[in-house]
Amino acid sequence: MNAIEVQDLRKAFKIQKNREGLKGAFADLFKRQYQEVIAVKDITFAIPQGEICGYIGENGAGKSTTIKMLTGILVPTSGHLKVGGYVPYEERERFVQNIGVVFGQRSQLWWDIGVIESFQLLRKVYRVPEQDFKKRLDELVERLKLQDLLNRPVRKLSLGQRMRCELVAALLHNPSILFLDEPTIGLDIMVKSEIRDFLKDMNREHGTTILLTTHDLQDIEALCSRVIMLDDGRIIYDGGLEELKQRWGTGREVLFQFGRATKLETLRQWTEGLAVTWSAENELNAKVWIPLELNVSDVLGRVVGQADITDIKIIETNTDEIVRSIYQSGSANKPEEAAGSFMAETTEAPHV
Amino acid sequence: MSKRLSFTPSSPRPPRPEGRNSRHSGKRLLLGAYLDFIRIRFLTMLAYRINYYTGILIYTLNIGVNYFTWKAIYGEGDSLGGFTAVQMTTYVAVSWMARAFYFNNLDREISTDIRDGSIAIQFIRPYNYVFAKMMQGLGEGMFRFLLFMIPGMAIAMLLFPVQLPTAPSAWAGFLVMLVFSFLINSQINVITGLSAFFIENNEGVMRMKRVIVDLFSGLIVPISLFPGWLSKVLEVLPFQAITYLPGSVFTGRVQGVGIWNVLGIQVFWFAALIIPMILLYRAARQRLFVQGG
Repeated sequence: MNAIEVQDLRKAFKIQKNREGLKGAFADLFKRQYQEVIAVKDITFAIPQGEICGYIGENGAGKSTTIKMLTGILVPTSGHLKVGGYVPYEERERFVQNIGVVFGQRSQLWWDIGVIESFQLLRKVYRVPEQDFKKRLDELVERLKLQDLLNRPVRKLSLGQRMRCELVAALLHNPSILFLDEPTIGLDIMVKSEIRDFLKDMNREHGTTILLTTHDLQDIEALCSRVIMLDDGRIIYDGGLEELKQRWGTGREVLFQFGRATKLETLRQWTEGLAVTWSAENELNAKVWIPLELNVSDVLGRVVGQADITDIKIIETNTDEIVRSIYQSGSANKPEEAAGSFMAETTEAPHV
Repeated sequence: MSKRLSFTPSSPRPPRPEGRNSRHSGKRLLLGAYLDFIRIRFLTMLAYRINYYTGILIYTLNIGVNYFTWKAIYGEGDSLGGFTAVQMTTYVAVSWMARAFYFNNLDREISTDIRDGSIAIQFIRPYNYVFAKMMQGLGEGMFRFLLFMIPGMAIAMLLFPVQLPTAPSAWAGFLVMLVFSFLINSQINVITGLSAFFIENNEGVMRMKRVIVDLFSGLIVPISLFPGWLSKVLEVLPFQAITYLPGSVFTGRVQGVGIWNVLGIQVFWFAALIIPMILLYRAARQRLFVQGG
């Protein structure tokens, strides 16, 4: 069963164009010129219940616009959309009972009142029965260690404390789908990992479906089994994280530490005939880059027998680099395979 | 509930009880939430009450300026546009003090929500945004009534020859009409605020609204003193229902059955203004554009 179904979803905004100069400003007074910007261009995807899906893309790629359509805030220009069995913008008030939303950059707590008072107010807003609320609050407060914060006004909380409270606020009514728009933005590593652990547990225990946008790829690696990558309003990749790494990882790097000084030329001699590249910082440390076609063991076999090795480290290409290179090429298909479609994309109307 | 297909009972979470009973208590809870909006706004205002001490001073000054101006205009004459000098003093004091109660910044709050994008947070909650805002306005109104209007009125009575009515009907009529003044003024504010959805910068609209409400409601000059054609126009606009009509009741210029008539005009405008509010809110939902990502 799909928690989220999206088909040919599109959102276009009309933006006022300001003409240049005094003459332009004067002309604007009488006749406004508008420019249509298409933020989301006919995207299609489905997220099954209980999945944690990462929704990534550069600034302005259309992530937030999609989230806002999925949560019923924005009305799509065209396309179909079903979240938790509802069409969000049609039955907004009923639909939102079933979802939780955290915007990393906006607070949903009331600034001037105590945290617990905000929670009480949300209990009434979401019509949660007292006993359910108590149980849920106790659980969340214990899990996120908020006991000492409950009576403080929101404006006196640190960002990390506030973020944990925001999570509670979004979850008090026990939603089955959770939307997180950059939930870890600006947080320190401790809080980040605390929040990631919490989200993972919640997904496992309650089967909560989570859709998360982030710029922090560590969030993705820690949480998501699937990623949807967006560029200029279009989906350029939709699939598993492992698959993405395999498809895009161009090779591995092996770091050697030697007990005795070992010259670069010697190393090159040992691996002659293999398409590897050596580099060295000094005589005791060397790096070798091995393309995917070669087995790491072949290279190691040549070196291990002859050199005095104290340490070996194998480094996989990380997601950061993969994502960066995908954006540079503009498509998640490998460049050579995707040459055709890539061309097609560039000949389309320029980005307005 | 047939629409909730994807949440089959096999889901690990127990489905929300949907019995008649729980739906009933759900409604009560939401009502509780709206009442909480009133309460919380009241408490927040109370926390910032120092701001209102200066407010009392400013309103008293305004009454003073108007009082002395009118005194100069009256000179030796005893009646102007159907107002005696004493009635005019009372009218000025009561109008300003009514404003101390019904005035609020809902227009500014709404357009700020729209312009900085925090409206997004409002739309992920299962309540009606405009209704919630009206409730907050009511909380503010209650605060202003108790801690601004009443003490302000006491001070004005000490300083100026204000004559309070003796007829209980004038008092009752005035208090009920004051509630409608608040409602109509808030409705106009909401409509002005929602215009931010359509006009990128509605600062000018808000300023214009403020001047129009103050002038056309009869706060600065009673409507019967406007030139004939203009007062005819103003009689078919909602603004007179905010200040002029309740003021007329309180100063005793409208009595008996007349009170019911002017109350009817207020009720009419209250009902009529709901329509543009709903239309504007609907249209706004269609073209909502959340600023700042």
